[in-house]
Amino acid sequence: MKIKESTVWQIISNGVMILFTLCALFPFVLLIIASFTDNTWATVHGFSFFPEAWSLSAYEYIAASWSDIGRAYVMTAVVTVSGTALSMVVTSLFAYALSDRELPGVKILNFLCIFTMLFSGGIVASYFTWTQIFHIRNTVYALIFPGLMMNAFNVILVKNYFTFSVPPSLVEAARIDGAGEITIFVKIVLPLSAPILATIGLMTGLNYWNDWNNGLYYLSAREGSKYYTIQLLLNQINDNVQFLANNASKMSGIQVGSLPTTTVRMAIAVIGILPVLVVYPFLQKYFVKGITLGAVKE
Amino acid sequence: MAAKANTHPNGMVLNRRKIRWRRIIPMYLMALPGIIYLICNNYIPMFGIIIAFKKLNVVQGFFGSDWCGFDNFKFLFRSDTAFTIIRNTVMYNVVFIVLGTCISIGAAILLNEVRSKFASRIYQSLILLPYLMSWVVVSYLVYAIMANDTGLINAMLRAAGKETINWYQTKKYWPFILTFCHIWKGTGYSMIIYLSSIVGLSQDYFEAARIDGATKWQQIKKITIPLLKPTIITMFILSVGRIFASDFGLFYQVPKNSGALYEVTQTIDVYVYNALMQRSDYGMSSAASVFQSIVGFILVITANKIVSKYSAENALF
Repeated sequence: MKIKESTVWQIISNGVMILFTLCALFPFVLLIIASFTDNTWATVHGFSFFPEAWSLSAYEYIAASWSDIGRAYVMTAVVTVSGTALSMVVTSLFAYALSDRELPGVKILNFLCIFTMLFSGGIVASYFTWTQIFHIRNTVYALIFPGLMMNAFNVILVKNYFTFSVPPSLVEAARIDGAGEITIFVKIVLPLSAPILATIGLMTGLNYWNDWNNGLYYLSAREGSKYYTIQLLLNQINDNVQFLANNASKMSGIQVGSLPTTTVRMAIAVIGILPVLVVYPFLQKYFVKGITLGAVKE
Repeated sequence: MAAKANTHPNGMVLNRRKIRWRRIIPMYLMALPGIIYLICNNYIPMFGIIIAFKKLNVVQGFFGSDWCGFDNFKFLFRSDTAFTIIRNTVMYNVVFIVLGTCISIGAAILLNEVRSKFASRIYQSLILLPYLMSWVVVSYLVYAIMANDTGLINAMLRAAGKETINWYQTKKYWPFILTFCHIWKGTGYSMIIYLSSIVGLSQDYFEAARIDGATKWQQIKKITIPLLKPTIITMFILSVGRIFASDFGLFYQVPKNSGALYEVTQTIDVYVYNALMQRSDYGMSSAASVFQSIVGFILVITANKIVSKYSAENALF
């Protein structure tokens, strides 16, 4: 009786989980198959999990027009790497100062940090701040600075790690030996905090890789498109398709011929997610760890 | 140290002050980039909410423009869109909170029952995969399924000899599509959060229940869910605190900002974007955006007050 019940539960739980997994995966499979479908076949029959005519032409098109897509790729990499690096430096330094309970004014700093999680001026005020005061419109900084570089949540996670997981005796001993604060931070605290820094770095990197919001607000199609990342390129293609659909009669802005075909668009999307798919199996456990860490204070 | 201070009071005070400055100055230097960033990214925009009370004029500039009191808000709330965007934002959030919580708790409980460690890890990482995608990419995935001409569903309808559906122009399907997309992308994340608190539950209760002959279902109903209650309630209250905020990517990218769908897809954030970037309507966009931040602030504060009463360790402050 008892064995039977647990078997039933194994079947139910595995069954439902397989269903969830298939649900999560099937759009990706469709996207990849769509990108390998022959374009003429797709226009007649539509996308299918089992197309009758396969073709590499979408990828040949991408290879031929690699200058645009390749540049977007390089841009994404540059923004992701530099943004993440900056973010790690600023976040960990700030968190270290906040973790010093004896620092005069540390309570005020803590409050200033937490208050940003409670209240924000909203996107319009941010937009005017970044464009009117800091003039970042159509510069590469537009993809790095607004919103993404440091958030209070990460600062608090790192600060808590410094407070609870770095032995205070070690820091105190170094202080008595006459080590400066910066030496202590670099030589003792940082090496001991590798796990949290890896987790935060991974999440920040993903945010930079996936970001299209900043480009949408701060890069214009005419002057800012040289800074387009792969996400922004995908977004722009969407816009152009939508524009054509809305203005089918006018056709003023864009020539129909310059617009990539459906299968090419799917192939560009595949190229866009490929790095994440390739890297994910190796970093999967850090992502899971990052989410559980975040759950502690959410 | 204390003994030393007794014998050489003056020397100690001097010494301590020196030590303190040797610590304070580097500490503040280290905090400086973060402080500057918070000022630029968060605090200047907070003062920027005054633009909602100004009649912004390109010639006079940001500071030179005339004040107009609550005129922008009056215009906003006199329009029909105000009601639509607030309704959409709040209603979608309510559905997301209820459905999302139920599905992720269910998934977490079932995942916890899976005995094979290997299978469990595979499920977990594959269900999390959508969470790692940007909304732009999701819009491509949705397009592959629902495009007018080449989409999977229309292709299947055509093959079956039925009439195709013009998805991006038909309002009635979108509440379901958007809810599905939200759940599809977010379940992995919240499932992991709930799973981590299920794994953290003390095994003693389950041991005792098993000895008493309780079935799995009884254990879930009588032990797991009641023990999860604090996590569930905290997450619930905190998401109620964010009920006035919407996921811009979901509502902007997935319906491809299609005007025909605005009545059921436009939330406050999408409206603000369209008003600001497409129509350059600074008055309406700033009014809607500031209204959202202030109501959001009140809600977050209230939610936190309630959480801190309920379980202090989960409150933000």
